[in-house]
Amino acid sequence: MSDELQPIPDTEPIKDPGLPEHLYRPQDVDESQAKRTERQISWMFRVAGLLFIAFVVAYIAIDIDATFLGWSAQNFAFGVTLGGGMLLIGVGIIQWAKKLMGDHEMIEMRHPAASSDEDRVAVMEQINDGISESGFGRRPMIRNSLLGSMALLGLPAIVLLRDLGPLPHDQRKTVWAKGMRLVNDVTGTPIKPSDLQVGQLVNGEPAVVYETDDDGQPVLHGTELLQVKSKAAIIVVRMRPEDITPDKGKENWGIDGILCFSKICTHVGCPISLWEQQTHHLLCPCHQSTFDLGDNGKVIFGPAHRPLPQLPLGLDDEGYLIAMSDFPDIIAPSYPELARDQKKLDNKS
Amino acid sequence: MRKLSTRRRHPLAGFVVLLLALITVGGVYTAVAPKPATAQEATANDVEAGRELFLVGCASCHGKNATGIETQRGNNYGPSLIGVGAASVDFQVGTGRMPLAQSAPQAPDKKPEYDAEETRQLAAYIASLAPGPAIPDDEYTDLGKASTEDVREGGELFRANCTACHNSVGAGGALPGGKYAPSLKGVTPKHFAEAMITGPQQMPVFSDDVITPEDKRNIVAYVKQVQGQPNYGGLGGGGLGPVVDGLFTWIIGIGGLVIAAIWIGAHGARVKKRS
Amino acid sequence: MSTTEEYTPIQDTGVGKKAAGPVGWLDDRLGLAGVAKKNLRKVFPEHWSFMLGEIALWSFVVLLLTGVFLTLWFQPSMTEVEYHGSYMPFNGLEMSQAYKSTLDISFDIRGGLLIRQIHHWAAALFVAAMIVHMLRVFFTGAYRRPREINWLIGVGLFSLGLVEGFAGYSLPDDLLSGTGLRFVDGLIRSIPLVGSFIEFFLFGGEFPGDEIIPRLYMAHILLIPAILLGLVGAHMLLLVYHKHTQWPGPGRTEKNVVGYPMLPVYAAKAGGFFFVVFGFTALMGALLQINPIWIYGPYNPSEVTAGSQPDWYMGFSEGLVRLMPGWESTFFNYTWSWNVFIPGVGGLTTLFIILGAWPFIEQWITGDKREHHLLERPRNAPVRTSIGVAGMTAYGVAWAAGGNDILATQFHMDIYTLTWIFRVALFVAPFIAFMITKRICIGLQRADANRILHGYETGVIERSPDGGFSERHAPLPVGQQYVLTAHDRVPVLEAPAETDENGVAAPHSRKEKVRAKLQAFYYRDALDKPTVEDVHHAKEHLGEHDGHPVELGDEFQGVSETGIPRVH
Repeated sequence: MSDELQPIPDTEPIKDPGLPEHLYRPQDVDESQAKRTERQISWMFRVAGLLFIAFVVAYIAIDIDATFLGWSAQNFAFGVTLGGGMLLIGVGIIQWAKKLMGDHEMIEMRHPAASSDEDRVAVMEQINDGISESGFGRRPMIRNSLLGSMALLGLPAIVLLRDLGPLPHDQRKTVWAKGMRLVNDVTGTPIKPSDLQVGQLVNGEPAVVYETDDDGQPVLHGTELLQVKSKAAIIVVRMRPEDITPDKGKENWGIDGILCFSKICTHVGCPISLWEQQTHHLLCPCHQSTFDLGDNGKVIFGPAHRPLPQLPLGLDDEGYLIAMSDFPDIIAPSYPELARDQKKLDNKS
Repeated sequence: MRKLSTRRRHPLAGFVVLLLALITVGGVYTAVAPKPATAQEATANDVEAGRELFLVGCASCHGKNATGIETQRGNNYGPSLIGVGAASVDFQVGTGRMPLAQSAPQAPDKKPEYDAEETRQLAAYIASLAPGPAIPDDEYTDLGKASTEDVREGGELFRANCTACHNSVGAGGALPGGKYAPSLKGVTPKHFAEAMITGPQQMPVFSDDVITPEDKRNIVAYVKQVQGQPNYGGLGGGGLGPVVDGLFTWIIGIGGLVIAAIWIGAHGARVKKRS
Repeated sequence: MSTTEEYTPIQDTGVGKKAAGPVGWLDDRLGLAGVAKKNLRKVFPEHWSFMLGEIALWSFVVLLLTGVFLTLWFQPSMTEVEYHGSYMPFNGLEMSQAYKSTLDISFDIRGGLLIRQIHHWAAALFVAAMIVHMLRVFFTGAYRRPREINWLIGVGLFSLGLVEGFAGYSLPDDLLSGTGLRFVDGLIRSIPLVGSFIEFFLFGGEFPGDEIIPRLYMAHILLIPAILLGLVGAHMLLLVYHKHTQWPGPGRTEKNVVGYPMLPVYAAKAGGFFFVVFGFTALMGALLQINPIWIYGPYNPSEVTAGSQPDWYMGFSEGLVRLMPGWESTFFNYTWSWNVFIPGVGGLTTLFIILGAWPFIEQWITGDKREHHLLERPRNAPVRTSIGVAGMTAYGVAWAAGGNDILATQFHMDIYTLTWIFRVALFVAPFIAFMITKRICIGLQRADANRILHGYETGVIERSPDGGFSERHAPLPVGQQYVLTAHDRVPVLEAPAETDENGVAAPHSRKEKVRAKLQAFYYRDALDKPTVEDVHHAKEHLGEHDGHPVELGDEFQGVSETGIPRVH
């Protein structure tokens, strides 16, 4: 089969009638019309200019806190004057082009995209001459060693990027440890089981988030605080004990129907706290992954795969809820070494 | 009597009998049907009045003793109201959620059926059955007492506990099964507090021991502030975020500019004059 | 019929002569007269659909201008500070400097909020205009030789525009865009084998770290705009060199361009359009609020808002991620997160690869290697048009799925049901769209053929002497008839020869066989335009059914209100 299509030899049913006859605009034949259009356009430009001046007046006169129609008065005034002025200028210029500038259709001939054959031949000759004179083809030893060294130049360029960041470190640990109290987010108050009713949800953090040192400064702040929160945030829920079916070994991880789970979705890490009290399902607002907290955080809908990690709970001697250990499952979005790290975590416990 | 029976084959006879039957049935029903609650005369105290209202309007789903009715399959027809407290009743009845107009995944709020006095009476009756959360007082609802710092902390609490379901401006959010977290627009501070205390339907409970009354007041103060402040940048789009921005971009932005492009390329008026 | 007319200036004011001085000075040093000669009066054809790319171009200029303004105040740092500015609900709140400086721009710098909103609206319009322009180029076949390179540059501009927009709206470090960054963090982690390395290098450690905002800032104001400017320049250069394509019509051939000169008409129209685009975005910035970051609050990994979506142009990627089932597997002690990698990384990459490869795929299928400067009406390439609509449908389903929770709340639907509907629709709807579009195209082609052969319906009903009713048809003006037939005939396809002249069996590769099948599919069903004989035959019989042999010459100018053709 040939490369080119073989269309039917062209027998056009309708021949090209050529460019239609030029029709004039009212402005072309009637001087008063043209003057009228000129005045219209000129008025557009003048009003635009006035709007720009109004912008400056608004800038000086309008208070930054003033409101107008329930919006910021400054934003409204600046935008309407600037935008209106620009729009008028644009419309004016286009009107000018449409109504007053010459509008005879012109024809320009195209040229083929490719250069002429002589040019091509000449260029090929030049390339050929150039390459032969360079000796690139005849001297493989210097050519190959040059190419080799150029390739190796890539190495310093890549290696210089090494300190973009540290190598991935152990993701198995969070700040949670045996004895760490659970506290309410924002207020930092610790939680007793009697504080919680059936159907309650608490958005919580590890107590270290709200610890202060001797000077009264928070132990964790800034970037470090955010990094801790992005792995250690938790939710505490209280259900009726008969609604919970714990896996083997997890029977004593809850207290009187109080369970603690990671707040970080195992899909891509959004914090979850859409707790449906009666169905005991937890929905993530980002991509609708749903976890059944009565069934060990199993995924029942959505793109998440791993069940939500659960934190084993205990009580300290003052009766506040504490963690009995770090999370036994790895927190946050899956990454390639997850399987290996999870195995290590399982072997340790 | 003979006069009547000579007309028994009249074409309209059937209609007359039907009309008589309807009048009879209607009249008997009116005589024996329970009177509407509003026609009741004042009873001894609120609890008693509440019980009367309850028996009329609520017992058919919640049971005559408010212990709830289960379906044959063990599901809830109407849950037990023992221990839900006056706060629950005040919320559910006060926002019109109860009485439920029709079966639905979730009770929507609507125009309340009972007025303030009746609501109070119903609440008093339920509260008398067992101890439960009381109707919140000024501690929860006096927003004027919230300082700037309180409002700020209320915002932090709101974003930590509430926005995941209700959205940053309280515009509401989706839950599975046709349920939803409703919009918080126009909700009174008292109903806010009651919802947090009692955890209506799928909403979790936020007890006073964890989110204190002051915290609750601060949360409401923040929400009211955000809902009441101007949309500084212009038309707000309902607080629904980038989805609405995208709609505006395509419909207003691209739509408008394409119209401009069509205008630029259009031919405009022509004269028939030949050169 | 008419010949070309020499353009005569309306009035020679002599201004041009005054320019001789400066022009001469420049030319003495730069010698640009040759280039200027070719381009000052370059002809551009006129059609509104040719201005869609301009919307993107001028939006880009608006972005550059407003962006420079914003850089004067924005601080791209994740260092924690306490807020004490005008917005009282945040008084004393801890936040990053990036967020604080954005709040300052919005509330404490006069005009700051306006410029911020113009910048964001222009960004949204930039991507939308690129898509609309790309669709126009696709459906009219303007990407065919010699414009394939320009198409590739366009795909590059589109993909970079998406990244640029994402980087831009993540800079304020607010809760909504921060949640998006968290999602990107998960996306990067899902890259097989090297995911965590890339993550740690990009974020400078564990999420969120303190490097990502400054790095996104560098990409957003330096790296990507530089590449975009270069690509835009190349895009325009090629456009000028190849000259713009044009619609077929009277006087328009593959070898000419008919239109208006750059100076003054197109310079004015394009320049005016710039002001229109700027003015329009400024009005949008004045009247429509966008990205109110003070509502979302500063980014906090323990907080999220219901109805979290990225900006609309990332919506299709978000939708794919929401629809994907939770598949993850473990091979060789490594975790492979298909649930995130396939829709997230895979979805975007697939889109760009398909877009970039399309001109070459089509060229391979059709075997059409000629230069094309006349556009094709979409109906005359039914399979291409249908494939385009199917692609738009798939994109649209994914885009809608990205907002499934908003749809659920606004239309009182179950979000799980919606997700399942979209999951099925993603695969089924494009097929249905393909079939419907193809039938519509062929129907339109039939309608065109009918109008050429039988004329158009005048709406004038006649009654014949024996009582029958018929509608009078009149032939279209020649110009319109020409437009309807100014496209290629459907080529006659040859089956690959089984044996050559000597009876040796041809070694057909599988590739050739596949190509032949695809080519047959591509051209099958398309209606060919009428032949010369068809038109003659129809002309003779034009009057018969109507009962009125109508004498119409080429001067036919249409039909008056009373139904009598205007004839001179």
